Amino acid sequence: MQELSLNILDVANNSVKAGAKLVNISLIYDENHLKLIISDDGSGMTKEVLNKLKDPFYTSRTTRKVGLGIPFLTLLAEQTGGYVEIESEVGAGTKITALFDANSIDMLPIGNLGSTASTLISGSPDVDFVFHISRGELEFILDSAEIKILLDGVPVSTPQVALFIEEYANDNFLQITESK
Amino acid sequence: MKSLADITAIRDKMKNLIDTRESDEDTIRIVVGMATCGIAAGARPVLSEITAEIARRELHNVIVTQTGCIGICQYEPVVEVLVPGHEKVTYVNVTTDKVGRIISEHVIGGKPVAEFTYGRVAR
Ligand SMILES: Nc1ncnc2c1ncn2[C@@H]1O[C@H](COP(=O)(O)OP(=O)(O)OP(=O)(O)O)[C@@H](O)[C@H]1O
Repeated sequence: MQELSLNILDVANNSVKAGAKLVNISLIYDENHLKLIISDDGSGMTKEVLNKLKDPFYTSRTTRKVGLGIPFLTLLAEQTGGYVEIESEVGAGTKITALFDANSIDMLPIGNLGSTASTLISGSPDVDFVFHISRGELEFILDSAEIKILLDGVPVSTPQVALFIEEYANDNFLQITESK
Repeated sequence: MKSLADITAIRDKMKNLIDTRESDEDTIRIVVGMATCGIAAGARPVLSEITAEIARRELHNVIVTQTGCIGICQYEPVVEVLVPGHEKVTYVNVTTDKVGRIISEHVIGGKPVAEFTYGRVAR
């Protein structure tokens, strides 16, 4: 994958598959690092599953024999000199933390994060997503629950709405991700 | 720069349309595969392009949804088009360039783009 935002989409979709009602996605930038945290209130995982998770040959899916999402993210973080840490509790949820060295030559660009936000929000209307992006004093929060209230019954999956979310999110995300 | 309050204008426009829309029976469904395999192959920009095309052409009888992996990872991005009363059509190796024809010829015109389908490509 050429953009970190694609991995975020992929890993956040695992939370949806795990039955989460709320998925929090935080990107915290400082001078040298990006810390990405994806947490959910989904089914969580047993110790056994958790231990196997970084192994690309483990997956609970039936249509294909390898799981790629988490191993991909781990590879991307580790190749910058960072790490991925996964905490999970059955019945409570899962928290995935990835630390990247933002100055590494192997750091992937964040890419179209607004498109990831829009794809998640419009693709799983029954799940809420909160994006929290910060760099020092700069901060932006995108909360799908707030959008749904404003929509007053108009589906969040309506194409015009999905397009709006992508543009609105990117307008604000870029202020932070592109600032130094 | 857009403000969140701008969404209320879209909401009001859509509310009027929903009220006047015909029954669900003629709703066309477009399903985009959005598992790891799809995402890695370019499904997200394909979904964006489909969404943008539907919004641009103001097609109000079309809904777009996402699905997981359907087991033909080597043919991702995969897009299925379901027109009521017709068999499901599965498009494979879809790129943003192919979206325009799928929408205009199939979704609007009713005639599947045979050369982009699984049946044709996988042979
Ligand atoms: N947030 C989560 N909550 C609960 N279980 C999870 C979560 N994330 C991952 N898992 C478990 O770990 C497994 C492996 O995840 P991984 O992302 O590596 O691959 P996958 O989702 O199975 O397949 P894909 O390659 O399409 O991503 C999943 O099948 C699931 O059982």
